[in-house]
Amino acid sequence: MLAKRIIPCLDVDNGRVVKGVRFVDIRDAGDPVEIARRYDQEGADELTFLDITASHENRDTMVHVVEQVAGEVFIPLTVGGGIRKLDDIRRMLNAGADKVSINTAAVFEPEFVKAAAERFGSQCIVVAIDAKCVGTDPLRWEIFTHGGRKPTGLDAIEWAQRMVDYGAGEILLTSMDRDGTRIGFDLAVTRAISEAVPVPIIASGGVGNLQHLADGVLEGKADAVLAASIFHFAEYTVREAKEFMAARGIEVRL
Amino acid sequence: MSTVAVIDYGMGNLHSIAKALQHADPSVIVTVTADRETILQADRVVFPGVGAIRDCMAALQRLRLDAVIREAAAEKPLLGICLGMQALLDSSEENGGTPCLGLIPGRVVRFAESTGNASYSQQELKVPHMGWNRVHPLHAHPVWDGLGRDRWFYFVHSYYAQPTDPRCIAATTDYPEPFASAVAKGNMIAVQFHPEKSQADGLRLLANFLRWQPEP
Repeated sequence: MLAKRIIPCLDVDNGRVVKGVRFVDIRDAGDPVEIARRYDQEGADELTFLDITASHENRDTMVHVVEQVAGEVFIPLTVGGGIRKLDDIRRMLNAGADKVSINTAAVFEPEFVKAAAERFGSQCIVVAIDAKCVGTDPLRWEIFTHGGRKPTGLDAIEWAQRMVDYGAGEILLTSMDRDGTRIGFDLAVTRAISEAVPVPIIASGGVGNLQHLADGVLEGKADAVLAASIFHFAEYTVREAKEFMAARGIEVRL
Repeated sequence: MSTVAVIDYGMGNLHSIAKALQHADPSVIVTVTADRETILQADRVVFPGVGAIRDCMAALQRLRLDAVIREAAAEKPLLGICLGMQALLDSSEENGGTPCLGLIPGRVVRFAESTGNASYSQQELKVPHMGWNRVHPLHAHPVWDGLGRDRWFYFVHSYYAQPTDPRCIAATTDYPEPFASAVAKGNMIAVQFHPEKSQADGLRLLANFLRWQPEP
């Protein structure tokens, strides 16, 4: 049966991994290639690179990072951040990325997702959704942009369905209420969207321990779980996460 | 010095495959090419592919590579990957029915989106079949050397091959029912998964392919 995936996420600023990585035996804690190699050895199922570079000129650096990683690490690579034009996607795929994650551009220009899926295939188009809870009775989530500051009026479930209709091959769902809190995924929104669309859902935002990862799959019905800090700070290895999930009856690649 | 040609017909990024082949065997000369002579002169051929089958077949015909693949498959080891596997069958139901190369009898069909099968965690079947799944070889083949009965490989696809002759099925994978995740016939071995994205076991399979000498 298909394994549930664990995806470490690396935030890259101008070619360097930020938010610190505390592997004891790593020479350079900011080197994306070295960190990617380490996660690969630990058994990561995929890697996601989030380009948080502010200036446009530095975006070329990300292409080189992807090229270097793809030459050494033979697992699927996703690149997000600043993907706004078909040419951005072409460059990342040519550099060795397998998928790109589209976030803000999808909100401002939904047709971009359609054009991207038609040109490159749904298999490489991930749409990233930043959702925030805006009502509890009934539960309702809305799409936010600008790091969770700007509401868009778009209902998160309807938006996810529309993005899949437009050709998204996967949904990367981040709860803006939980992102950075380390109190666990928003399981309700994860489950609601997972049950509403036929494509895989990657849960993101809020992971603080291994139980949170297992909950994302068992209760949130996520197909994959993404986490940054618990792996970056070497609190847990990817292998420990997988062993924990396997012990709870979740099929993982070990 | 052994050579391998990766057929480039504009369907997907081939750098990953070229890099993985080179990593699997640093002594082999890897060429990504659409040139007929280069393909026919290579010791081995890799036929990859990502995207829709109609575009794939149209590109092969436009570049006159369909005949080259037939000729190569008759003479030397050929590895089909993903869409490159599906294209070896007679036809695919994708894009309203698309004739393919007809090198392996059978057709390509889509996963049923919802099976209603309670054994599959009572969840609907997600399509595409995306992620890591186990591959079970059905009989000995040199490409499986050193790989056990149920290793993990990375898949991304919505359609799968149904060979007419069960002897052509080289391996199966469960989603949720068993489907042909690898097919083999003569010089041809083809896999639905992506060995170039399947970590150490994927590289092992590629290295095995680069060593494989089919019996005449």
